[in-house]
Amino acid sequence: MNLNLRALLSTFLFLVFTTGLAYPLLVTAIAQIFFPFQANGSLIVNDGKAVGSRLIGQNFSSEGYFWGRPSATAPYPYNAGLSGGSNLGPLNPALVQSVNSRIHMLQAADPGNRAPVPVDLATSSASGLDPHISLSAARYQLGRVARARGMPLEVVDGLIAAHQEPSLFSATGEARVNVLELNLALDDIKPR
Amino acid sequence: MTSDAFVLLAFFLAVLLLTVKPLGVFIVTAMEPSRLLAALEPMESRLFGLLGLDPRKEMNWREYAYALVLFNSIAALWVYLLQRWQGSLPLNPQGLSAVSPDSSLNTAISFLTAACWQAYAGEVTMSYLTQMMGLGVLNFIAPATGLCVAFALLRGFSRHETSLIGNFWVDMVRSCLYVLLPLSLLLAVFLVQQGAIQNFHPYAEVQTLETTRYEVPTVDASGLALKDAQGQPRMEPASTRRQSLPMGPAASMDATKVMGNNGGGFFNVNAAHPFENPTPLSNLAGMLAMFLIPAALCYSFGSVVGDTRQGWALLATMVFMFAGSALVAVWAEQAGNPLLAGLGLDQTAGNLEGKEIRFGSAGSSLWGVITTASGTGGSNAMHDSFTPLGGFVCLWLMQVGEVVFGGIGVGLVGMLVFAIVAVFISGLMIGRTPEYLGKKIESFEMKMVSISILVTPLLVLVGTAVSVLLPEGKMGMLNPGAHGFSEVLYAFSSAANNNGSAFAGLSANTPYYNTMLAVALWFGRFFAIIPYLAIAGALAKKHRLETSEGTLPTHGVLFVMLLMATVLIVGALTYFPSLALGPFAEHFALWPQTQWSKP
Repeated sequence: MNLNLRALLSTFLFLVFTTGLAYPLLVTAIAQIFFPFQANGSLIVNDGKAVGSRLIGQNFSSEGYFWGRPSATAPYPYNAGLSGGSNLGPLNPALVQSVNSRIHMLQAADPGNRAPVPVDLATSSASGLDPHISLSAARYQLGRVARARGMPLEVVDGLIAAHQEPSLFSATGEARVNVLELNLALDDIKPR
Repeated sequence: MTSDAFVLLAFFLAVLLLTVKPLGVFIVTAMEPSRLLAALEPMESRLFGLLGLDPRKEMNWREYAYALVLFNSIAALWVYLLQRWQGSLPLNPQGLSAVSPDSSLNTAISFLTAACWQAYAGEVTMSYLTQMMGLGVLNFIAPATGLCVAFALLRGFSRHETSLIGNFWVDMVRSCLYVLLPLSLLLAVFLVQQGAIQNFHPYAEVQTLETTRYEVPTVDASGLALKDAQGQPRMEPASTRRQSLPMGPAASMDATKVMGNNGGGFFNVNAAHPFENPTPLSNLAGMLAMFLIPAALCYSFGSVVGDTRQGWALLATMVFMFAGSALVAVWAEQAGNPLLAGLGLDQTAGNLEGKEIRFGSAGSSLWGVITTASGTGGSNAMHDSFTPLGGFVCLWLMQVGEVVFGGIGVGLVGMLVFAIVAVFISGLMIGRTPEYLGKKIESFEMKMVSISILVTPLLVLVGTAVSVLLPEGKMGMLNPGAHGFSEVLYAFSSAANNNGSAFAGLSANTPYYNTMLAVALWFGRFFAIIPYLAIAGALAKKHRLETSEGTLPTHGVLFVMLLMATVLIVGALTYFPSLALGPFAEHFALWPQTQWSKP
């Protein structure tokens, strides 16, 4: 068995060059020419300053904002520098405990609301950066947000409807709204 | 299960089946003598001349295997060194330092074997250069290696009285340039259009709308965590109003991740990250990409052996097994978690712990089934938080050897190996020498088949058993009880079958797991590939038998059922005890008797 060293090295270097350099650079060139907004992270710019990305969720905890899903990133929620999920198994007592405390937190912020909590609002997302909540999770928070901001229910409800993102089939994702965009729209109408 | 989930599954399968014939024909055209290759002859002869290759000089199986293993070893070494030296190399805007030796070894081998088991977190570990010129290159070489093995075996079936099964260098270059590159390029551009990022900027710092308040452990001057009187770590409040958005050339790598059935993503959470998989549509494209080439290869197989019915029979087996698995997993995930039902939760959307809203429980569990069936392993949800049955389906699809579509090339070959077992068993039952596609199946082939089927269970079961006995192994588990065992079983099933998905609660980035799993990855890959090539060489040497009245037809419904039974029985006999200790135990703990007896 003769070792064809020349073929080995030349083939390897050729493939490193084409697949490791030419291919990603070609994709970058096409991306930057035709889709620069998406390729650079879908940043939302307000008054010349980037306030976030429409694809990356942010942490909200005051009553006047819609809250996103719980985030399990470390050391603080919605740490975009290190994505991660909770990885809690379905039988893990820690899962039941965290869902339970989240439900209590939601109910404490809106004592009059006794409706069942939509599941996405109490369970943590896979990436810890989920930018969306389901339509029902937004409606669940409607009363609290409108009251905290002193805005009429219909106006806030109209904003939710305007921000609903269409889904391909409803099965490939729930009907949903982008939390950061919705909250920015709230601030636009009535700055806090 | 909702009707929308059925629509999604049916639509997915319909689109997939439409692509099988055209792509299958194309792959044969790109790999075997054809008018396309004749037209490319002038360009190819200059390229091969430059590379010092002689495309007319074919290899026997030993030479082919030797070249393949050597080439793969060089590639592994290259990626190992890139990780170790990345601190002093360019394209590293975050100034990330060298990766630890055990993690570098594990990552190099896991990407080389198309498993892409990621014990590291991409955004805080790998420089753009390492991602692109290291892991990105392996994302081509690993599936191309699978394609080479598949074509070597197909030549073994279609040729006779020769010892030659092709030229590895030529097969490798053609697989990458003609099959993987164009498909990946198309998908990468589509992913960017949907929102995946592709740039070389440093991470973007933004100021968030609200200040996030949290607690961090108090440390003393030397960095040690302080404890209070009860022995609990002392915490102090902290706050931030900054978010650091990771950047980088992600889309090009994400496209090869799914198109090549690799599964190694740019970020820690892989296809769950909004910068990798931004929309339901990109999710659907990713799911299709994972099955695209493996499904088309069934047609290529039939076309090369001169009877396309043989290929459709294999594809039918795969489609039935996949659809059955998908129904179970989607149903289980949509049923939700009974432990949470009493808390005042509306669970109509299903089990959403560790899932993204834009995919929902259906889009997440379907992706989970596809990624484990196809040997891809990149996940868009946390499999660790799946219901016991949803997690079981993923585990099971890996354990049967990833033959339900499977990785590029190796999935088809794995299914062909089971077809050989099926004709062997039926040959024994009727007392005839078994034959498949005009080739007699004799003792050498059966020995090689046995090695390739037995080596993975050996790695999985021994690896799991050793790990649950050793303190180093037990320390890594996150979840208590049966689920902790499932985490370890899943890790070894994933590594030995070269899948790469994980029950990610397991802390696998330790010297112990990095080394153990690297061993499982390497042997699981090459102790399957080398026997496959040996079978190819042995078959090529044989005469071609004419079909007679006594030949078992291998394209009908009967054979499809026989093949399915063979896969199921071999898998069940091997893994049932371990599955009973993990997901089954957990399922019956979650849904106790009282729940079952309700009408």
